[in-house]
Amino acid sequence: MAAPIDSSNRSATISVLVENEAGVLARVIGLFSGRGYNIDSLTVAPVEDERGRSRINIVTSGTEMVIEQIKAQLDRLVPVHRVADLTREGPHIAREMALIKVCSTGNDRAEALRLADAFRARVVDATIGSFVFEMTGSTDKLDAFVDLMRPLGLAEVSRTGVAAIARGTRVI
Amino acid sequence: MSQTLAATRNPAAADMQSGAEVLLRALKDQGVEVIFGYPGGSVLPIYDAIFKQDTIRHILVRHEQAAVHAAEGYARSTGRTGVVLVTSGPGATNAVTGLLDALMDSIPLVCLTGQVPTHLIGNDAFQEADTTGITRPATKHNYLVKKSEDLARVVHEAFYVARSGRPGPVVIDLPKDILIAKAPYQGVPEAPHRSYRPVTHPDPAQIVRAVAAMKQAKRPVVYFGGGVINAGVAASDALTRLVRKTGFPCTGTLMGLGAYPSNDPQFLGMLGMHGTYEANLVMHGCDVMLNVGARFDDRVTGRINAFSPDSTKIHVDIDPSSINKNVRVDIPIIGDAGVVLEALLAAWDADPTPSESQAVAGWWRQIAEWRGVDCLKFTQTRDRGGIIKPQYAIQRLYELTRETGRETLISTEVGQHQMWAAQYFKFDKPNQWMTSGGLGTMGYGLPAAMGVQIAHPDALVIDIAGEASILMNIQEMATLAQYRLPVKVFILNNQYMGMVRQWQELLHGGRYSESYSEALPDFVRLAEAFHGVGMRAESVDQLDDVIREMIACPKAVIADICVDQKENVYPMIPSGAAHNEMILGAGHGRHAAEITDEGLVLV
Repeated sequence: MAAPIDSSNRSATISVLVENEAGVLARVIGLFSGRGYNIDSLTVAPVEDERGRSRINIVTSGTEMVIEQIKAQLDRLVPVHRVADLTREGPHIAREMALIKVCSTGNDRAEALRLADAFRARVVDATIGSFVFEMTGSTDKLDAFVDLMRPLGLAEVSRTGVAAIARGTRVI
Repeated sequence: MSQTLAATRNPAAADMQSGAEVLLRALKDQGVEVIFGYPGGSVLPIYDAIFKQDTIRHILVRHEQAAVHAAEGYARSTGRTGVVLVTSGPGATNAVTGLLDALMDSIPLVCLTGQVPTHLIGNDAFQEADTTGITRPATKHNYLVKKSEDLARVVHEAFYVARSGRPGPVVIDLPKDILIAKAPYQGVPEAPHRSYRPVTHPDPAQIVRAVAAMKQAKRPVVYFGGGVINAGVAASDALTRLVRKTGFPCTGTLMGLGAYPSNDPQFLGMLGMHGTYEANLVMHGCDVMLNVGARFDDRVTGRINAFSPDSTKIHVDIDPSSINKNVRVDIPIIGDAGVVLEALLAAWDADPTPSESQAVAGWWRQIAEWRGVDCLKFTQTRDRGGIIKPQYAIQRLYELTRETGRETLISTEVGQHQMWAAQYFKFDKPNQWMTSGGLGTMGYGLPAAMGVQIAHPDALVIDIAGEASILMNIQEMATLAQYRLPVKVFILNNQYMGMVRQWQELLHGGRYSESYSEALPDFVRLAEAFHGVGMRAESVDQLDDVIREMIACPKAVIADICVDQKENVYPMIPSGAAHNEMILGAGHGRHAAEITDEGLVLV
């Protein structure tokens, strides 16, 4: 008899190396929407120009059985070269970048700048009434910074979503 | 002169033909003999190229959906890849149902769709549809050819993808300018595909584990599905040898029928919602289950948390995403069913452990008791003028076709008649049974039978139909007439959408909402209008004569068999129930659950 099914949800960061062809992103997104899987974050960009390959990083969540199913479903798409579950296959690094616009004056403005410094966010645009901070880090760190900016005049956030890679010599 | 120069510099340039001609050349190199299609504006260059050659035969259907089902019937009955050709826009959207049907049942198809010229794509041009967008979730893969130089490569790749791994439909969307412009040809590539390389050979360690579990099995079962049929005739042969060698009982899914001879005593009949009593109880009570090429579909498992609760499950599938999708298994084996079955046979012989043959003999005694319930029993009056039971009609059809000794291939529509055909028609070989399993497409059977008859011109091809389903693609009677295809349509006519009526009776308080067909056509005259032969049996004494006459007729026939309107398909596992909560027919008067537990204690 099979072991009891673990029904608790976990988060998974999955990297997919795909052929850089028309419609490949639509295939991946369609698979998630069509089968009712979650997408918490998704990034895509060409990574091997000479071989025409792109990398898709997906952060998803579900039971162990669902995540295994997601990986198998991704792997059987024709233009997919490799699927790696970075969360399961050893330590990995996951980072995202955010541009955060804060519009405030006076004390709030000074406090926003101090906190930005503490979080190692860079000021990439400044006017009398606004800052745009650029910040790179884990999703949690970005979330924390955004929350702190909220009472200090947070106006707009633009985030890239997660890019992830395995630590050490291991490659996808 | 410049042309000559170019030709000497680049030998391929001399080889330039129109895109449509390149397409046909690629199809020929893929061994295509037949295309099922329907012309239209954007595919006219292809039709022109078809006109100018005589290697590939084109069958003109009357609706694009039928073209796809015909190609499915052709593919399913031959093991080859079916080919469809439709125009852009409505041609492509009409094909979608057939494509999804082929995807669900893993049928290899290549469907060529026309498209507006590349410079008009996205302009809402006449007969434009986002075909790759629409068919993405209805195909295994699809392509839009945007450059002439890609055309030949894409066609070869499409055939590779369609037939490799778990087979399925592939769409190639072809803009009209690509079909007209000169394109280079390239032959079938020898290099492996860049990214799609399905595993066909199993992990030997998993084979050893599987055989170890099978040797210890006291209450085993082999459960096979359409994957065995897709793996080729040799896989069915290997399955038969494995089942006989082990002495295990076996059961098959709707899609698997024919992979193991249905008349063999080790075959328990089909399993699942309308499977036999013995097959479902064996699945429920087994201690080791070997699933070969089936996917634990919800029509098979019933309530998932009550499915075969005490068994070690071995699952053989070529598609890794089928493993642990619905049911958690203990020993997954990824590979081609035929290769895996041969490996299991070899490992069974190599493993010196004796099997639990004494316990298995006890299991067979239990099975014999379950068989004694005779769950497919029905009562047919033989009185003159007596009403025909649908089960009896199928049984006589089977017996009388068998008497002829002719190769007989069966397709069905979807509904009660389909289940009765699966229960009462016996298949002793693979590729003789064409039915829409996964999608359950009414209107599948007639066009599928057409495709089967094209592939098997001398065989007896019968579409077992219901009077509701048959009307969904009845226009194909005209195709039968045009190509003189002697397909027999055997309608079990109860004037109801029978399966809908049955569910309404059992689950909706007998309120037969919209399931009765008022004003049915006169099927005899309908057959005649389409240049075929119509016949009718209204009572049991007429049945055999009509069947014999139908079989003997050299033309297309519609046989309208008027059957008992109130008959239900039994046994039945209601949706959401467990295998041991089966409902037996009226003649049995007891539910399965009452004897299951004590039955299991016996073994």
